[in-house]
This record gives sequence, C-alpha cells and structure tokens, in this order.
Amino acid sequence: MENIPVDNSGQIDRRQALKWIGAAAAAAATFPHASAQGRLQRQAGAPAGSVGNRIGWDPVLNKNYAPGDLWALTLTPKQRKAAASLTDLILPPDNPGDKLPSQLGVQEFIDEWISSPYDETAKDRPVIIEGLDWIDAEAQRRFQKDFADLAEPQKCAIADDICGKTAVKKEFKSAQNFFNRFRYLAASGYYTTPQGWKDIGYTGNVPTLNFDGPTPEALKHLGLA
Amino acid sequence: MHASARALGLDVRHPTSLKSDAEAAAFAALDADIAVVVAYGLILPQRVLDAPRKGCLNIHASLLPRWRGAAPIHRAILSTRQDHVNFPVRLHPNNPKAQKIIAKAMQERAACFWATDCGRGCSIKANYQSTTVHLPPALATGNLDILCNAHAREVTVGADGKANGVIYIDKVTGQERAVKGRAVILAASSGETARILLNSKSNRFPNGLANGSGLVGKYIMDTVGGKLGGTVPAFENLPVHNEEGAGAHVYIPWWLYKDAGKLGFARGYHVEFATGRRMPGLGAGSASPGYGKSYKEEVRQKYGAAIGFTGRGEMIPNENCFCELDPTVKDKWGIPVLRFHWKWSEHETKQAAHMEATFAMMIEAIGGKSKKPEADGTKAIEPGGSIIHEVGGAMMGADGKKSVTNQWNQCWEVPNLLLNDASAFCSNPDKNPTLTIMALAWRATDHLIEEMRKGNL
Repeated sequence: MENIPVDNSGQIDRRQALKWIGAAAAAAATFPHASAQGRLQRQAGAPAGSVGNRIGWDPVLNKNYAPGDLWALTLTPKQRKAAASLTDLILPPDNPGDKLPSQLGVQEFIDEWISSPYDETAKDRPVIIEGLDWIDAEAQRRFQKDFADLAEPQKCAIADDICGKTAVKKEFKSAQNFFNRFRYLAASGYYTTPQGWKDIGYTGNVPTLNFDGPTPEALKHLGLA
Repeated sequence: MHASARALGLDVRHPTSLKSDAEAAAFAALDADIAVVVAYGLILPQRVLDAPRKGCLNIHASLLPRWRGAAPIHRAILSTRQDHVNFPVRLHPNNPKAQKIIAKAMQERAACFWATDCGRGCSIKANYQSTTVHLPPALATGNLDILCNAHAREVTVGADGKANGVIYIDKVTGQERAVKGRAVILAASSGETARILLNSKSNRFPNGLANGSGLVGKYIMDTVGGKLGGTVPAFENLPVHNEEGAGAHVYIPWWLYKDAGKLGFARGYHVEFATGRRMPGLGAGSASPGYGKSYKEEVRQKYGAAIGFTGRGEMIPNENCFCELDPTVKDKWGIPVLRFHWKWSEHETKQAAHMEATFAMMIEAIGGKSKKPEADGTKAIEPGGSIIHEVGGAMMGADGKKSVTNQWNQCWEVPNLLLNDASAFCSNPDKNPTLTIMALAWRATDHLIEEMRKGNL
C-alpha cells in the first residue's frame, strides 16, 4: 500500500521530490501510484530566462527554498497585480477573519509554478502570462482601467464571459483556456494552505489516540446509521 | 461467501439497515433458532438480537469497548506498540545480541496515532521505513558504516575467484575509491545490480561477473498497472470528519482463482482503492466550473466524493524484456549505462483491460459515475517500469546453468557474492516486492553468516 491521493488530479510518485508536478487537468479521481515518474521530464524545455536549477532528483530535504532561490520569477508587477486580483475574485473569503487568497500569497505560488524549469510547468507559462496581459487589455478596452482597479461587477462581466459556466463565445476561447488553467493553479495554491484546508473541510493531519471508524453523522448521511 | 451460499441454495440478503420495521419483521420471519454475528460494523437493534429463539452468538473479532467496528483487529494491531519483550526472542532465537538490538529499536517505536496517510512517512516510526526504523539502530551498534555519495562501479575479484571488494566513485570528489570485504552483497536495486555485474569484467569473467549463464539482465519484470477513477454522488456533502490516517489501508486480494482458465491471461492482480477527505493537493477544486462563492460551494460539496481504483498484477517473465550494457552511452563518471528492451505479452495487456472493466463495474455498482474504461489493454496498461517494482535480471534457480543465484541468493560462480535485492526474483507476484526482498535478504544473510562460521566461505 502506498500513498493514495484522491482529491487531486495530480499524480504523485513516492520517489518524486517535487510534488504534484505531473498534474493533469482531469477532474475526478487519482490513483495510488501512477506513472508520475514518466511525467517529470529531465531538463528539457526549460523556459528561457529562468535560472534553470531544478530541485531535481536528490534535493536537500532539510533546506527551505525561498521563491527565486532556484529559478528567477516571471511576473511583472502589473501581471502580479492582475493575478492577485483574479485569485481574490475566484476564491473570495467565506468566513469572518479569513484572509484574501492574495494575502496568502496564492499569486506567488502561481508565479513560482510558471517560472520553474519543468516541462509540465513550462507549458503553463505562456498561457498564464498571455492571459494576464489579455485580461488587463480587455479591462482597458471595456472600462479604461486595469483589471485590478475595476469594480467587482466589472470584473465579473469579464469573468462571466470566460469562466465556462455558460457557453463561451468563439472570440473568448483562448481566454477561457487561460481562465481554466489559472483557476486550477489558484485553487491548488489556496486549498493547500491551512485556511484552504479548513475552508474545504479537511481536518486530517492531527494525531488521535484511536480511530473509531466513520462518525455517526457521516454514517447517517449515507443512510447507514 | 456469497457465491458459496448461493450454491448451497441459501438465501442471501443485503439490508442496508436493520432498523426498519419491515427488515426487523423479515428477520423475525426467518424463525431462526440462533443467529451468528461474524462481521458487522454497526450496532444490532435489540429486537433483532431478541428474534432468534436461542439468541445471537457474537463471533465478530472485536475487543469491546475499545476495538469496535468493521476492522477491529486491523486497528488493534496498528494501535498497539510492538511487543519488545516477546517478539525479539521469536525473531532472533539463540541470538541475544540481535534480540537486544531489536528490543531497543522496538521500544523506540510508537503506536499508530492516526494522523497522516502512511505514504507521507511516519515520524513516530509506527509504520516501517528503512531510514527511520532500520538504519538508525544498525548505525548505533557501531558495526555499520554508511558511505554516502558512493557510486559503485564494479565488484573486484581476487586470484581465488572470490569477490573481495567494490570499486566506487566518490561523487563529491570524483575520485575512484575501493572497499574490501570477505563477502560482497549487492542490493543496488535490480537494474543497477545487473549493471554492476555486467560492468565487472575480468579475464575470468569476460561477460560480466557471475554471468556464465548469460542470464544477467535477462527476464526483468515490473508490475502490471491499471487504473480507473470516478465520483460517488452519495459521498457529496458529507459532514466534516477526519479519516485520513486510516483511509489508505484498503486492499482487495485477487479473487478469480477459479476462473483462471476463462480470463485469457495468467495469474491475477490485487486492487488498492481510496476515497475520502484526503489532504488537498494540486488539482483540488478542479472538478468545478465558474468562480466565486458558488464555485467554492461546489468545491466543498464535491470534496471527498472522488474514488480511485488501481490494479497491481503479476507479469509473466518473457525473453523480450531485458537490459544490457549500452555500447556507447556512459554516465558522467564514464561508466556504461544500461539500455532496456521491453515487450508486454497478452497476459499483461488483457489483465490491464480486465482491471479497468472491473473497476468501472464496481464504481457503477455503488452508484458512482465511472470514467470510461479502456477496452484495449495495450492502452490501459501503465508503461513498463512506471510502477517501479523493477525485479529480476539475475534470477534465482536450482541449476547453475539456468540461473544466476542459488536459493540463498549466492551467485553460483562466486559464492561469497550475494544479490539481496529483487534482481534474484524469477517471478513477480502481484504483491508489492519490498517485504519479499527483505525476507529473502534476511534468510540469505543468516545463511551467509552460518557459512562463514563453518569456514565454507
């Protein structure tokens, strides 16, 4: 028996140092030990301009790497501002006292992701950069302001056109592709923070003396108690 | 049990609850003399217990009040510290020193605290892992040195034809170094073990060390892998609860032994599956469209509703799967690398298709929505090597001409050279190989010590 991540469409191998690198966008379940080995390509496709030092196959496990330590970051201040604003639109706080995703640094996670020299992440790089430029340009075109400076209903007007909840017009297809990928990365960043855990209802990773099986409430929900 | 009961003409029922009047009445209508409770995860209503004339006999293996539920033995074992008084004597009879070492190591291991998925590692040593459980006590004896960054190049052989050491590259300095020993044990992982043997050429062993049979590198195997996932709507919106520390221990052994002739493939596979509210990672929330509050609501609703099945099956060794020294490619230290040749047979590809079809059936049977199963086994099967159960390449056997090692993992041609990883495997059953590797290594080294004591090596 091995590690069995289920709610993540990324696939992890126990030997992999950099987690979840082989994420596929497929939605449903994942599997005990899929072939992530084959997904983490060696060195090929390192994006131009990055430092290019991968964490690699034999990382120093007790070292904390800070953003920018291993590879140069990508986003310009303007792109970063748009990214922060969009994470807050996608993942607004539900509970009093919760922080905005941008305050949790979700946009920094996205920047680090697209800047890293791996094939899987390199594919996201042009999608995210071009998408962030597009969304500012679209905001200027419609409302004469950058996206981050728009009022909430104006942001929604753009997001509604590209989020895929309703039919997406042909001219917004590549914007929709950007939005899907951006939301995927934003949610991945957010739901892996302590606040995100609490938000989604993950209460694991705590020691207990016993495991007594499913709770009565869970059994009742399933009609088993 | 179900099939046997049917064959005997016995009625089989699957009530989801015994609480309703209808079920209680149906149970009472059986007019039973006695009821036997064997494995039931819930509390039986009193009127059910009262229905049989002579009562209910409980043979369900629970230790109430602490160990209740469907899997009390499993939980009791995991939640109990190792018996450092009795186990060491049984593990190492007549070896007081080993008993003392292992007893101390067992005392340093805690019982399971149900905190994390075992695959994330176990800081309290409740679960075995070599880095925390195995190596520290061995180092503490003072009888073990670990040389890090030592990249073995070849095993050296003395004038007497016995192995007498290893030449390795110190990867930090790039310098070549050597260690000497009365015996040499390779446990480099099967591919690397084959590579070291093939690179250990001498006048006496021109085709590589211990390779008189020509079988070093041959008949390599991996595990057959297949998978399918889906979602179970019944699991949506479950009340928040924590089962993560217990969640990954679900396993179905192979069950179609009796249908062996009808399946179109030899042997079989086991199933591992998982669902539940596991630690969110990359891809969390990717099943939902939109954005904002409604998106987040749907993410919460679907969290924990995904289910994933994997099959792990037996590969039949074949002559098309082998590795050999690459004639041109060398690693950065100038040592020839292996090149691999691989071809699945229908035993494996049909098995992978069988896995996907079975998993789809299981997901649908519990009311879930399955992804479409791949009927073409050549597409369903995971690529060779990807399950990282690499075994074989120096097979064990009873005949020195047809195998590389004897039953004690000793190379036929070099008896003080042991191959204690999976390279000596001549078959690869569906079980994960680590425990078998460890058991064979234990047996082999016990034998090695005995032979050295006797002066045979």
